[in-house]
Amino acid sequence: MMNGAPAIALDTGAVASLRRIRAVLRRHAYLILKSWTRIVSMMYYPTVTMVVWAFVTLYLAPTNNFLKDAPGFFIGAVLLWDVLFRGQLGVSLTFIEELYARNLGNLFVSPLTLPEYIVGQIAMSVLRALIGVGGACIFAWILFRYSIFSLGFPLLAFFANLLVFGWAIGLAMSGMIMRLGLGAEELAWAAIFIVAPISGVYYPIAVLPGWMQAIAWALPSAHVFEGMRGALLHGVFLWSEFWLAAALNVVYVALGASAFAWSVHYAREHGTLLQMGE
Amino acid sequence: MDPTDAAIAIAVADLKKSYGDVEAVRGISFSVRRGTTTALLGGNGAGKTTTLSMLLGVLTPSAGRVTVLGAAMPAERHRVLPRLNFTSPYVDLPKRLTVRENLAVFADLYGVRNVAARIDALAADCDLGALLKRPYGSLSAGQRTRVSLAKAVINEPEVLLLDEPTASLDPDIGDRMRTYLEHYQRRTGCTMLLASHHMGEVERMCDDVIMLRAGRVVDQGSPQALLARYGRANLEEVFLDIARGRAGEPVPGSAAEEIASL
Repeated sequence: MMNGAPAIALDTGAVASLRRIRAVLRRHAYLILKSWTRIVSMMYYPTVTMVVWAFVTLYLAPTNNFLKDAPGFFIGAVLLWDVLFRGQLGVSLTFIEELYARNLGNLFVSPLTLPEYIVGQIAMSVLRALIGVGGACIFAWILFRYSIFSLGFPLLAFFANLLVFGWAIGLAMSGMIMRLGLGAEELAWAAIFIVAPISGVYYPIAVLPGWMQAIAWALPSAHVFEGMRGALLHGVFLWSEFWLAAALNVVYVALGASAFAWSVHYAREHGTLLQMGE
Repeated sequence: MDPTDAAIAIAVADLKKSYGDVEAVRGISFSVRRGTTTALLGGNGAGKTTTLSMLLGVLTPSAGRVTVLGAAMPAERHRVLPRLNFTSPYVDLPKRLTVRENLAVFADLYGVRNVAARIDALAADCDLGALLKRPYGSLSAGQRTRVSLAKAVINEPEVLLLDEPTASLDPDIGDRMRTYLEHYQRRTGCTMLLASHHMGEVERMCDDVIMLRAGRVVDQGSPQALLARYGRANLEEVFLDIARGRAGEPVPGSAAEEIASL
């Protein structure tokens, strides 16, 4: 140390970078995995919503040809919608927790880079989605003998595209909260619902007015749920919808990450990084 | 002042920071020699925290140059941040994580190898052994300060920036913290920059003092030199002379006359 080198050994390069990402994941995993109330709350909303739609299906199925052909339609839609919701919340809440804890300054003064922090947020989002949606999937099997895994490969494709779109919205929300402060926290919870009516979760995009259809087709989620209907009702995987969703996701993630990066830049200019918190 | 000089840990040249019409820091210049402890003194709003923020790379200067361990801040911050650390009253640690979990997270952030051994060593140094399994949020103010200090030295930094490190601590814990920092510096040769309102702490720990007022450096020197220059018995009186812009009974040609004219 007297000669300019620390006396203790520090990792450098890619190993150090991976450890910084692990630090972000570890900090939030500690919080979640030792709190059964947090785990239950993550599974609660998707499970209750799934149960409601399952009973709607049981009520309508005897007189409805559509549901006779695809009895898991609503349950599948609910579970996939929650993938999008959990994806977004996982990214946003990872950021908001740092504001609650007044820990943001510690992170930004450490060697952690913004891309590493974003990867950490994304990793947490995957963990939250697996816990939340995974729990609901288990209850869907126990209560209704419905397995979303019967969708096979398309499920993975839908899951991935919805999760990535959730990341994009979550990053944009993180940027907005960084810019506006915790007063904008409610938006992190509500933001996703603005795309619900135009994502065609429970109905085809074709039922929307023309101008709304134009907006809907610009969303990856609309293509995913069209693809889901193709798989559930016709047993086909619509590759075109998959690729359109994936291509749109590239654009949205770039926009979300840019919005977050801009807000960090703004915070550095205005001196709010150290002071941000409750 | 040559920022590439190996003997200089921190070099600041004509540094400015403005927020709209408000000038928080108005063209300050100073340097901190390696292995020394320097105090940034000044009243509330003098620009101490703003200056420290720019040194840490979390605040972009409006003008001027900051160099820490040879790296230009904030542009080259990622080259040097593994060798820096800090404490600040403006940040805290996650309250639901235990002390050990918090330290493990920061060990990962700084790339510390042998994490368990490092935490055990810090627990012994900072008297945290009995606290490691407790949630950080359940600790008293003094205990939290010790944990924050352990976090600040977890990577054995070459430069440690301390913003009011003993504020709100009782005299006993404040003294223990200062003793630890002195011991740490003797052992590692660390460079420390300290913003403090505790004049006794500054007289005890610091080799140099930089006096700020309204965003400007109004005087600097060793504590002994400042006492002689202002003709005062302690740094508290020097601080009051500067903060209130009064000349007092200045020694002819002293800085106090110049300060009074600001």
